[in-house]
Amino acid sequence: MSEEVIIQHTALRIPYSWAAGAHATRFYREIAEHRRIMGTRCPRCGRVLVPARKSCSRCFQDTTEWVEVGPIGVVTSFTIVHYSEPQIQPMKPPFAIALIRLDGADTALLHLLGEVELSKIRTGMRVEPVFADEPKGHILDIRYFKPVSID
Amino acid sequence: MPKSVAIIGSGQTNHTSRRADVNIPELIKEAVDRALADADLTIDDIDAVVIGNMEHFEGINLSDMWASEGSGAVMKPAMKIATGGTTGASVAACAYYHCASGLFDRVLAIGWEKLSESDTTTGIITAFDPIVERLTLAGAVGGLAIEANLYMTSYGITQEQVAKAAVMARKNAQRNPHAHLKLDLTVEQVLHSPMIAYPIHYLDMCPTSDGACAVIFASEDVARKSAHPPAWVKAAVCRHNHPYIGDVDWRKNTLESAAIEAYRLAGITNPRRELDVIELYDPASFALLSWIESLHICGPGEGGKMIDAGAITMEGDIPVNPSGGVISTNPIGATALIRVAEAALQIQGKADARQVEGVRTALATGFGGSYWSEVFILGRTP
Repeated sequence: MSEEVIIQHTALRIPYSWAAGAHATRFYREIAEHRRIMGTRCPRCGRVLVPARKSCSRCFQDTTEWVEVGPIGVVTSFTIVHYSEPQIQPMKPPFAIALIRLDGADTALLHLLGEVELSKIRTGMRVEPVFADEPKGHILDIRYFKPVSID
Repeated sequence: MPKSVAIIGSGQTNHTSRRADVNIPELIKEAVDRALADADLTIDDIDAVVIGNMEHFEGINLSDMWASEGSGAVMKPAMKIATGGTTGASVAACAYYHCASGLFDRVLAIGWEKLSESDTTTGIITAFDPIVERLTLAGAVGGLAIEANLYMTSYGITQEQVAKAAVMARKNAQRNPHAHLKLDLTVEQVLHSPMIAYPIHYLDMCPTSDGACAVIFASEDVARKSAHPPAWVKAAVCRHNHPYIGDVDWRKNTLESAAIEAYRLAGITNPRRELDVIELYDPASFALLSWIESLHICGPGEGGKMIDAGAITMEGDIPVNPSGGVISTNPIGATALIRVAEAALQIQGKADARQVEGVRTALATGFGGSYWSEVFILGRTP
């Protein structure tokens, strides 16, 4: 018998189906049907939270008002991803991810940048969404944000 | 010496098979909002949050982070607990430790699960040792059925007696607006339901539920000033077990060991007489008979006689699970916390249609993993 110890290999397949809730459902419908990005406002702190959600996690209050934001926003920080994780990454490296604060929003949306020369990305850059042709009800219904041609 | 601690409020969702209308943080917030309202507090009054669920049931780790929209944990110390079926009781114990240490005055304990969102049995087997018992366990019911068979065979307990306990639990659930299964059953219906793992029939077994529960623990000074009568924690005892089911010593089980220590801490010498109500973690109906023996409510093998005599029904001398118990409601991460919350409601006199009259002392249990146990004793005085 070989001196090697046993290593057991396995892979579990567990299906998941996550309920998005009424607010996330409307958020994605607005993108799919109207190409509109929506936030919700907290009545206590007044912040507009994007994506739209049922309650403000800072104030623990239900949000009360739907607000259209953007579609143009500003890059508040970014990175260029060079490592490869093909199972989980939506783009082939190198690619850029950024925090984008949409006009009228008080929180930033973490998303991808596209149609951009990576070396030219800057904090403060203004960007606009490119929507997916066939929306599926998730965050990649916005394919990515690209630099604004004329602002 | 630990400081005295009490439960000053609790809240639950109305548990059901699928809450497709809400996402997980929204589900959690329903229970938390109800608990805060019950205790006349706001989230600003909460010093720390303890939250629990089993990650593989929803496929998302770190609910202490991403569920904070529902838990209220933003800018507060928060801790995540996952101990299988005991999760909710471990959450309660952890919140108790937080307050008993003197470090925190008001701690929010949250248990939740959305079992509709995945395959529970496949999730459960990730809790078991992959090198030894995972492949032969046959999922969650297998281990319980092995224990049920051992118990029933050892003492001549009949399937009819076990089915009577299933009927009783679902009847009790009809008085509980939060319960998932409020079934009007007969013993024959239980016995004729499909056999899922001998000797456990379909109607003997707990369901899978979506739901959340929140309980607020407070230090002695805060609890004494509470507008509502608190339920004081007189004992909170945990016993873990050997890693493999094959190693378990069935004559010296963790529930009995935890109960003996809890009785010592609470000064209880005759549990049958001194306890007024029990909220038992009953994953299957046989546990309502077998595990009250472990709690020394009756002698070994006498669980069958207890149900035949009606002793553990709402009208009996020691009602077990006025809420309907786990076989009526089972959002796993919340399940054991619901036992503690229901025991507290009984002490506080707030259990409405399921209230047992004049409860001064209540016992709640949690069960999970490789037959490990938690026992809480709550009372009207510290």
